[in-house]
Amino acid sequence: MTANRLSDGAVVYFDAAGGWSLNFAEAATVSDRVAAEALLDRAMPAVKARLIIEPYLMEVALDTDGWRPTRERERIRAAGPTVRRDLGKQAEGFGFKG
Amino acid sequence: MYRYDEFDHRLVAERVQQFRGQVGRRLSGELSEEEFRPLRLMNGLYLQLHAYMLRIAIPYGTLSARQLRMLATIARRYDKGYGHFTTRQNLQFNWVKLAEVPDLLADLARVEMHAMQTSGNCIRNVTADHLAGVAADEIEDSRIWAEIIRQWSTLHPEFSFLPRKFKVAVTGSPRDRAAIAVHDIGIRVVRNGAGEVGFAILVGGGQGRTPVIGTWIRDFLPRAELLNYLEAILRVYNLLGRRDNLYKARIKILVNAVGADAFRAMVEAEWATIRGGALALPEAEIARIRAYFAPPAYRALPTVDLASAVRDARDPAFAAWARTNVHPHKVAGYAAVTVSLKPHGGVPGDMTAEQMDALADLAERFSFGEIRATHEQNLVLADVEQAALPDLWRALGAAGLATANAGLLTDIICCPGLDYCNLANARSIPISQRIGQRFDDLARLHDIGPLKIKISGCINACGHHHVGHIGILGVEKHGAEAYQVSLGGSGDENAALGEIVGPSFSADAVVDAVETIVATYVGTRTADETFLDTYRRVGLKPFKEALYAAH
Repeated sequence: MTANRLSDGAVVYFDAAGGWSLNFAEAATVSDRVAAEALLDRAMPAVKARLIIEPYLMEVALDTDGWRPTRERERIRAAGPTVRRDLGKQAEGFGFKG
Repeated sequence: MYRYDEFDHRLVAERVQQFRGQVGRRLSGELSEEEFRPLRLMNGLYLQLHAYMLRIAIPYGTLSARQLRMLATIARRYDKGYGHFTTRQNLQFNWVKLAEVPDLLADLARVEMHAMQTSGNCIRNVTADHLAGVAADEIEDSRIWAEIIRQWSTLHPEFSFLPRKFKVAVTGSPRDRAAIAVHDIGIRVVRNGAGEVGFAILVGGGQGRTPVIGTWIRDFLPRAELLNYLEAILRVYNLLGRRDNLYKARIKILVNAVGADAFRAMVEAEWATIRGGALALPEAEIARIRAYFAPPAYRALPTVDLASAVRDARDPAFAAWARTNVHPHKVAGYAAVTVSLKPHGGVPGDMTAEQMDALADLAERFSFGEIRATHEQNLVLADVEQAALPDLWRALGAAGLATANAGLLTDIICCPGLDYCNLANARSIPISQRIGQRFDDLARLHDIGPLKIKISGCINACGHHHVGHIGILGVEKHGAEAYQVSLGGSGDENAALGEIVGPSFSADAVVDAVETIVATYVGTRTADETFLDTYRRVGLKPFKEALYAAH
């Protein structure tokens, strides 16, 4: 589950501890629709607390390097602009690589 | 250029204060995101993939050196040191923080700028010819009329909640450098048989998922009636434009649904009720606005034939730049200069804070302190003495702003695409970068001649692909980026929509496809034919055959 942080729009991921991480590698994963829907309910406190906006579920797949967003859009959100490798998460040390 | 009066100052200052309060209430929880979103969009603030993006209005693309320096300061203070010029002569910052936006807008207001009406279903920032006031073929400076329209449309209460966004462009010349045929309203300054200056009016043009070349609904509108007539068009649209379907809400859909003749009749009927009324423009008011755009203090200089001066230039690199980036000027001894924001391998339209500062200095040194943004994502210094061109060229080169490619294949219009944009389906910038690298040889580029490539990362067509000589549209196909290619589009006075050549190409194959198209043109052209000439003569077929020969 991903969202944007209210204060600066940064991409965040719901993590296993129930918090929100800037790092895609720390994102919690679930493997069925029922669990996924339940995850969305767990975003509501952070929405109400004005930490995040517009939470939604994203699809990931497991490959040899670990979990990987299936869509290009999400790979770019997890890393930063591909045309500016010096900016965004990839420049701050926790960008998705792949 | 136009300077704010007391009303402009007060209005912008009040808006900054209002938005400061709205951001405060959002951060404290008094406003939900649903309540806040329309408020932030009314101030040009979008949420994109990685951060908030702020779109700043540059009315008819005209900036002072002081304003450009402030944009540089903002880029450093609130963003990551750069900005992006758009196809609507605006500037976008990609990394602003919500809590800092009110301070940013306050800084902007200090140089008479704002971000109002750069988003939302209102009349957007009015665009105009970037050679306004200097083009030899001009009837009248289009910025006078764009400014009058700006004042009328700013916070217009009746037109703040239109069915959809509304874009107006003005050209003062028969040659259309403002792409007016693909705007909701396009205005061309014309002279009638009696020698009076007025306007020809076109409606219902647009790009997006339903591209349409606009329809002329009036050949001659008397000058004084401009705002009354625009008010009549907007009123018909506001009443009858669809609000039930986002994709059918633009005026082009309405004009198509009722037919151009019926639409014209409704506009004329509405106009008849308000003609000569409150919005009729008094001559004194037109003169007052015109005075803001009075020519600068040109020196009396000898006439120089620009073409022969360029031919005789000893430095071939300077000559190459002058051939494409220097344009004739209506005043003897002067020229207009395109400052390319399209370095090969760079991001089209991006400019660093250092480049903004450098160009502000050069504008003061060489061009009366004024800079224009073009809808093709370049900048223009409009009033340069021809004798100073070599010095300007060297100084621009030192700032990385002298790529000799204006109007050539690598002068690509390109939207931000999936690298930044929340709506995009595919990346567009890397395609333009790879085309720039592939066609890096300047001699080859100049031999190919005028060729406009335009790239959009989704169907919304911010990259104007429908009117590209070669148009490239990014799509998502089975989870991968793919690119649909169209040919023969044009956004000028002979506007046309491109035709799709066939099945889309992969990201790897699309640059080769451009190469094949160019090779087909070069192999088919007669002596002086441009790409578009050749395409119009031979049609899609030879290009299609060359592209899909192997399949």
